[in-house]
Amino acid sequence: MRILATALLLILASLSAAMAQQLPGNKETIEIGLSTDTIAITSGFRGTDLTVFGALDNADPLIQRQGRYDIVVILQGPERDFVVRRKDRFFGVWINAESVSFQHIPASYSLASTRNLQDIAVPKTFAQLSLGVNNIFYEPMPDGFGSSASLREFTKELPRLKLKQNLYSQRPGDVQFLSSTLFRATLSLPANVPVGKHQARAFLFRNGEFLRESSTSLNIVKAGLEYRIYKAAHENSLLYGLFAVFLAVITGWMGRLMFRKD
Amino acid sequence: MGSGSELGIYLPIAEISVNIFVLFGMGAAVGFLSGMFGVGGGFLITPLLIFYNIPPAVAVATGANQVIASSFTGALSHFKRGTLDVKLGTLLVIGGVVGAGVGIYVFVLLRELGQLDLIVSLLYVIFLSTIGGLMLLESVRSMRRTRAGQLASLKKPGQHNWVHRLPFKMRFRASKIYVSIIPILALGAAIGFLSSIMGVGGGFIMVPAMIYLLKVPTNVVIGTSLYQIVFVTAFTTVMQATTNQSVDIVLAFLLMSGGVIGAQYGTRIGQKLRGEQLRALLATLVLAVGLRLAIELFVTPDDLYSIAIALAAPGAS
Repeated sequence: MRILATALLLILASLSAAMAQQLPGNKETIEIGLSTDTIAITSGFRGTDLTVFGALDNADPLIQRQGRYDIVVILQGPERDFVVRRKDRFFGVWINAESVSFQHIPASYSLASTRNLQDIAVPKTFAQLSLGVNNIFYEPMPDGFGSSASLREFTKELPRLKLKQNLYSQRPGDVQFLSSTLFRATLSLPANVPVGKHQARAFLFRNGEFLRESSTSLNIVKAGLEYRIYKAAHENSLLYGLFAVFLAVITGWMGRLMFRKD
Repeated sequence: MGSGSELGIYLPIAEISVNIFVLFGMGAAVGFLSGMFGVGGGFLITPLLIFYNIPPAVAVATGANQVIASSFTGALSHFKRGTLDVKLGTLLVIGGVVGAGVGIYVFVLLRELGQLDLIVSLLYVIFLSTIGGLMLLESVRSMRRTRAGQLASLKKPGQHNWVHRLPFKMRFRASKIYVSIIPILALGAAIGFLSSIMGVGGGFIMVPAMIYLLKVPTNVVIGTSLYQIVFVTAFTTVMQATTNQSVDIVLAFLLMSGGVIGAQYGTRIGQKLRGEQLRALLATLVLAVGLRLAIELFVTPDDLYSIAIALAAPGAS
């Protein structure tokens, strides 16, 4: 199987003493973990699900029975700068016209939650946490846009394009409680997942109120011959170019040898 | 999962999965045509790659790389036979290197501006429709001539034109010409520019320009043109690799290996068959490829918006 699948699991309850201290407020803790800190994907990789396990401790049994605990887990890719362009028609030809540049944008963003976000908390809560595809701060480059109207327009298009490329995804219902303490979140790793350091974060909500978060990181690297070629092209580009020329010369010459009829 | 990927191969630079046999076949088909008609084939490979969803930047850079394979052996055998003007060729290379350098600079600029795909398509539409149109016209004319029972004869080029009044003349013994180096450098530069922006060898412009502009005898034209193409496409490949990292060696190898095999059969068939009908066919093919590219420019795209990694800080312009 070429698909080097998912990293699994881990961390189980930190069974820290839950007994004596009956604090009135936020005694709940949340933790997530991954079985590995590095995932190597090969060139045949066509996307897969990443399962993240986590534990909710010191939960209030009453609230838990009512189902008033909610968890949102995200996996956020490395930050990159992007430019969004719009085509306009000039003399019948479609040409890239206006563009807006953004900086520090997560290259990928996968979200899983126990329920639809609007059922978990009010929009303002998510906005404050910058949680969810529509709440990520899409920061424009200081001189990367023309007018504030176009900035608004392109800021709306950026997440739409990312969702279309499957680089952003939101999966309500894909955080499930396996027991009263253990939960499982299923996130998307698309085929075109960017390499680099990804951040997994879990957010705990109780009765629509944000309590705390836990995070861990995951390194995604590409493995295999194709990735070594890619790396060579970027890190030793002169040598790579010379080799490309050499390969062409040899191929042409070999073809001639093979077919020579004397 | 993973089924259907058996014939697939992942292109490390183009970053897409493709079918090996489609690309090998593409190389072989274009190699066949180029063997049959004695053309480089770069001007067919790049648009075909674009149709196959290879990013235009990669298609152009890899096209230049692929041209080396098909031109190298040709240049070598012309060199052995002495049908190659090294002095003239070297001047063309010098012009070509300058032109390719400028071309790479423009290439980077267009890429930053997000206009590279458009300009590549536009250039191809212009060149393919011009060349295809001229070839079709020529072959129809010669078909008519043959039907009328006349012998097709090469028009003898006129003795003097404006090119011969330019200064800085130099004598080229192999070509038996005495001509200014200005048009030679300019021609080389123009071809070099096209090589880096379009990923072509440029023989289809070089050969007629050498014959009609410089009055180079036909027996050294092909060899000298191939000599220039080898060096300029090699230079372009290295430049593309270092500035844009857009040469896909896996893609190039598939095309080249298909190409050298196809070319062998193309040459054999081309020697047996009569030209006019085939040339009309090639012209029609070239026109069809150009038309297909042209249509894409006018059709409303599915999505008016697109997103790309920002290559450089804007605001510089």
